[in-house]
Amino acid sequence: MASVQWHARVRKYGAELQRCRLDAVPVDLGDYHPLKPITVTDSRSRRGGRKGSTSSSSSSSSSVAPDPLSSMLEGTDPLSLFAAASASETPTLSHSSSSVELGRKRRENEEEVGADFEPWSAKRGEILARFTTTEKLSINLFMGSDKNKASSPSSAVSEKVRTRLEELDDLEEGSQRELLNLSQQDYVNRIEELNQSLKEAWSSDQKVKALKIVIQCSKLLSDTSVIQFYPSKFVLITDILDTFGRLVYERIWSMCSDPRPIPDSFSVEDVNDTAKETCLNWFFKIASIRELIPRLYVEAAILKCNRFLNKTGIQETLPRLTAMIRGIGDPLVAVYARAYLCRVGMEVAPHLKDSLNKNFFDLLASFRQIHGDTVQNQLVIQRVEIPVYLTLYSPAIHWILQCVAYRAPDVLLTEMMERCKKLGNNALLLNSVMWAFRPEFVAARATDFIGMIKDCDEAGFPKHLLFGSLGRSLACADPPESERLPILNEAWKVITKVRSPQDYINCAEIWVEFTCRHFTKREVNTVLADIIKHMTPDRAFEDAYPQLQSVMKKILTYFHNFSVLFSMEKFLPFLDMFQKDSVRVEVCKSIMEVFIKHQQEPTRDPVILNALLHVCKTMHDSVNALTVEDEKRSLALLINGFIRMVSFGRDFEQQLSFCVEARATFCNLEPVIIQLIHTVNQLAMETRRVMGGSHSRKTAAFVRACAAYSFITIPSLTSIFSRLHLYLLSGQVALANQCLSQADAFLKAAVSVLPEVPRTISVEGKQRSSEAFLLDFINSFLSTLLVVPDHPEQGVLYLVRGLLNMVQDYTWEDNSDAKVRVYISALPLLAAMSQESYLYTIPKVDSNETLYGGDPKFVAEISRLCETLIGQVLDHLKTLGREEGVRRQGSLAFSLFSTLLAHGDLRNNKLNQLAVNLWNLSHKNGHCDTRTSVRTLEHIKQQAQQPELSHLSDMLLRLSLQSRA
Amino acid sequence: MSVALDLRLKRANKVYHEGEVLAGVVVITSKEAVQHQGISLTMEGLVNLQLSSKSVGVFEAFYNSVKPIQLISSNIEVAKPGKVPGGKTEIPFEFPLQAKGNKMLYETYHGVFVNIQYTLRCDMRRPLLAKDLSKTCEFMLHCQPQKSKVQPTPVDFTITPETLQNVKERTSLPKFVIRGHLDATNCVITQPLTGELVVESSEVAIKSIELQLVRVETCGCAEGYARDATEIQNIQIAEGDVCHGLPIPIYMVFPRLFTCPTLETTNFKVEFEVNVVIVLHDDHLITENFPLKLCRV
Repeated sequence: MASVQWHARVRKYGAELQRCRLDAVPVDLGDYHPLKPITVTDSRSRRGGRKGSTSSSSSSSSSVAPDPLSSMLEGTDPLSLFAAASASETPTLSHSSSSVELGRKRRENEEEVGADFEPWSAKRGEILARFTTTEKLSINLFMGSDKNKASSPSSAVSEKVRTRLEELDDLEEGSQRELLNLSQQDYVNRIEELNQSLKEAWSSDQKVKALKIVIQCSKLLSDTSVIQFYPSKFVLITDILDTFGRLVYERIWSMCSDPRPIPDSFSVEDVNDTAKETCLNWFFKIASIRELIPRLYVEAAILKCNRFLNKTGIQETLPRLTAMIRGIGDPLVAVYARAYLCRVGMEVAPHLKDSLNKNFFDLLASFRQIHGDTVQNQLVIQRVEIPVYLTLYSPAIHWILQCVAYRAPDVLLTEMMERCKKLGNNALLLNSVMWAFRPEFVAARATDFIGMIKDCDEAGFPKHLLFGSLGRSLACADPPESERLPILNEAWKVITKVRSPQDYINCAEIWVEFTCRHFTKREVNTVLADIIKHMTPDRAFEDAYPQLQSVMKKILTYFHNFSVLFSMEKFLPFLDMFQKDSVRVEVCKSIMEVFIKHQQEPTRDPVILNALLHVCKTMHDSVNALTVEDEKRSLALLINGFIRMVSFGRDFEQQLSFCVEARATFCNLEPVIIQLIHTVNQLAMETRRVMGGSHSRKTAAFVRACAAYSFITIPSLTSIFSRLHLYLLSGQVALANQCLSQADAFLKAAVSVLPEVPRTISVEGKQRSSEAFLLDFINSFLSTLLVVPDHPEQGVLYLVRGLLNMVQDYTWEDNSDAKVRVYISALPLLAAMSQESYLYTIPKVDSNETLYGGDPKFVAEISRLCETLIGQVLDHLKTLGREEGVRRQGSLAFSLFSTLLAHGDLRNNKLNQLAVNLWNLSHKNGHCDTRTSVRTLEHIKQQAQQPELSHLSDMLLRLSLQSRA
Repeated sequence: MSVALDLRLKRANKVYHEGEVLAGVVVITSKEAVQHQGISLTMEGLVNLQLSSKSVGVFEAFYNSVKPIQLISSNIEVAKPGKVPGGKTEIPFEFPLQAKGNKMLYETYHGVFVNIQYTLRCDMRRPLLAKDLSKTCEFMLHCQPQKSKVQPTPVDFTITPETLQNVKERTSLPKFVIRGHLDATNCVITQPLTGELVVESSEVAIKSIELQLVRVETCGCAEGYARDATEIQNIQIAEGDVCHGLPIPIYMVFPRLFTCPTLETTNFKVEFEVNVVIVLHDDHLITENFPLKLCRV
């Protein structure tokens, strides 16, 4: 093909812009709004004299037109009236029986335990984790020897299975098994096995065996050897009891559900005789259990089944069982039995408060047992200290008191407190009172409590636990204003005397919250100083990281002002206690999170900056080769948040030096480096804004320093695209600040980096072709090149040529049109460059338009370049025609056509002919999008109406639209 | 060919009173038709007396077991020889519960030397080469409620070393004071035995406090009579060194079948007693006995 002669179309950007502007059409707002529904005035509303209503829906019954039904009833139709009535439970309207129903429902709602009641399941894990032992445990199971089984296995069970089952029975029946020397884990496993065999026995219809298992298990609860483990044992065994209770209840319930299931709120009349008889049988069987403790526990476990027998069963049984517990001599066993009874009671009949109270008063009455000789002897034998022993009671008493105090009136609570006061050596009770009663109640009497705690015996219940419990309440509820400081002083006086670091920190951690909540940094600082003093000796802090972290968290919750926070003398020393790397980073992260969340204004406070820089450095230094990507990202995010919040106002130089420092500090986190470059670029632009666009000598030097900063920082990035984009961006910034040689350097650097771009890059962990990214970048680079003036010592269009050379040499993917697409997109740039005045310029920077002043040699140079490019494109099109690439050929040809149309001067015949050829080529194989073609034709038609483009109409005649066939 | 014979009483709890009608159905389930030579039902009430070897010697006990006393007996033919169709066949029946002659129907009671039992048996005789089928079920008889009002007659008691009888060495006995009361010794059989017990003081720790329910059965025979006391059940009401001064509830449910209203006839007697047993840590056993009179209201 003969070489093409390029002539760029002359553009008058101003006129074009003017022409493209839309005509301002006055809009009558009152009449029409596109978002309003279509107005349909139907005949009825017209009759009603509502013609021309401004808003009406498109449906026939418009919202404005009165609905005959609703207007008659004034919006209260009988149905909604009824619904409203039943919602407010007005008994006058509803049917008499349903009103009873409603009444019952309401009552039940009141009776039910709300979400504010901490359930047992929440305590369970805590108890299991807290009460452990390393001593050897034993399980002693005696599975009775009577051979009369509940029922002979049904004939459905095959002979083989039956014998196997019998063998199993033989193992357990009549054999006394004593499992000695069990470790705690073994013990837990054994109990779990028993739980399983209970379920198996039940499902295989061996109800008697199931009962035996349960009895044997509850018998274990009377054994207090290895007393430290008792609370956990209680938890494990009551799980079995719960299972049993559920099984029995469900079984009887299912017996009643023939033919149809009975509702949950059934009454005795709904229960059939067989079910009642079965239920009664269970109770008789349990009533004949010889030993007290199993009888008590098992009956409590199936307490709910009383519902099948009579209405008052539960409320008669609970007090009886409560009284029965008095027969248990061991106070620990008794208190846990009470806890279980309260637990079952709360679950089954939460409205029966009396027996809960009764339990508590009985507990008080037998409280002196704890200090009795029998207990003391036992403790001596087991070598358990009194304070340890007393803490074993806590979970049970907590639970009982929690049940008692739940929604109880203040009067009752006061009475309970008074009763506790009267007992000697009541620290244990006091602790539970503080733990279980409403925090508001405790807070209001905090001073009294402190007095009581002080009066407690030193040898008994550990005082730090008492203060811990008090602190817990005070953390949730506020004591009277005037008492706060005395409370803190009194409490801390005791806390600071706690000798064991672990006990100390457990208690101190709780009180930090109270201190932060009500006092200033002075007090918090004192507290921190005290913590440091206690935790530093022997590196005690190493064992207390969770507590220390919690202290930090509490401080951060209440102190959002970082200048206050860091002005606490002891805050940073406190931070220094976190010496384990992972914990330290964790703490630093939490500090930064709070900072980012709550710091509203940029800061230049040197205290904050120094401290946070230190914190960030800690985070940054934790990064190593093994750090995962996500961790790095989150750290970088936090540090970036900090950098964004640093501002020295007009003191740009200091800001720059901060960036220099930050770069040195955070060199391992690429996102931070990127952020720093952005910050510096922003700084340069800010300087420009302040100077109103024209720099003084001093500011010019400063922006050059900024450019230098970016220039030397960018190469340290590993991500090639970050580098490219930052080069371009910094180049633009430099250009905007009239630093021509710097801009040149940036752009040159970008061009020189181009060949390094790999063919694939990893995006979110997947390998993707980099082509699209590269094309994007080149396009935006090209658009920048328009305003970059040529370097006086280099040739014309030095950068454009350089770029195109790089593009030519770049190893593109095989079978890719990317190179040609770059060429095509370079054409508009070149066309724009050859205009007399450019589409855009940078103030105070002379672009090529001024430098060359439309010199014909310059224009000719551009045209030559264009011709080369077009030649390259056409060559490529030819190669495509030979291969299977006709579709690609079509689309490339069409885009070249569009470029020619938009930027070429088609009055030139050759160019015109070329355009027509390209059009035909793109339509040759029918791969083009007809709609685009049609729209293009329309566009040409429209353009042709302008006088200077009238030649287009001739061309239009030669462009034929291929039929769809 | 499997045939299942079953008896179902109308009442789920199987409890009847004299003068009532025992009603139910015989249920025959089979896949195919069953050939039989008649189905009959037998209802019987018996008192079995056994002499204990302790009171009359082994041989007498073995040979001399007293003849059972029949309280009620009746027999009806449910179906004449023939065929029962396959599937489930239910044949209803009714027996009037009326004692023989001037006897009365005693309440069901399972004891050691005295047993009062009511049974219902269904027999299906079958032709050669097939086993006869039989099914027995026991039903409970409760005697008529007592007409006169029951006086609860509460009992207070105090146990100290001085109140004890049967002590070998009174000097070695530790000091203790235990007070208590039973709400009634005239007990209604359906109501639990209740009361309270307070350990006021005790030198030695208490190991356990138990309630022992005892039956006292007397059988009369030609040679005189035999009276034997045996334990029915033992219920622990306190375990370990209980709190002094705090009342501990006494509570015991009378077990069904094994207890009945106190019974006194010409041939035999059934009476009940309760023992409050206190076991001390040095294994001293202190027992206080209370005769009970059970009745039904």
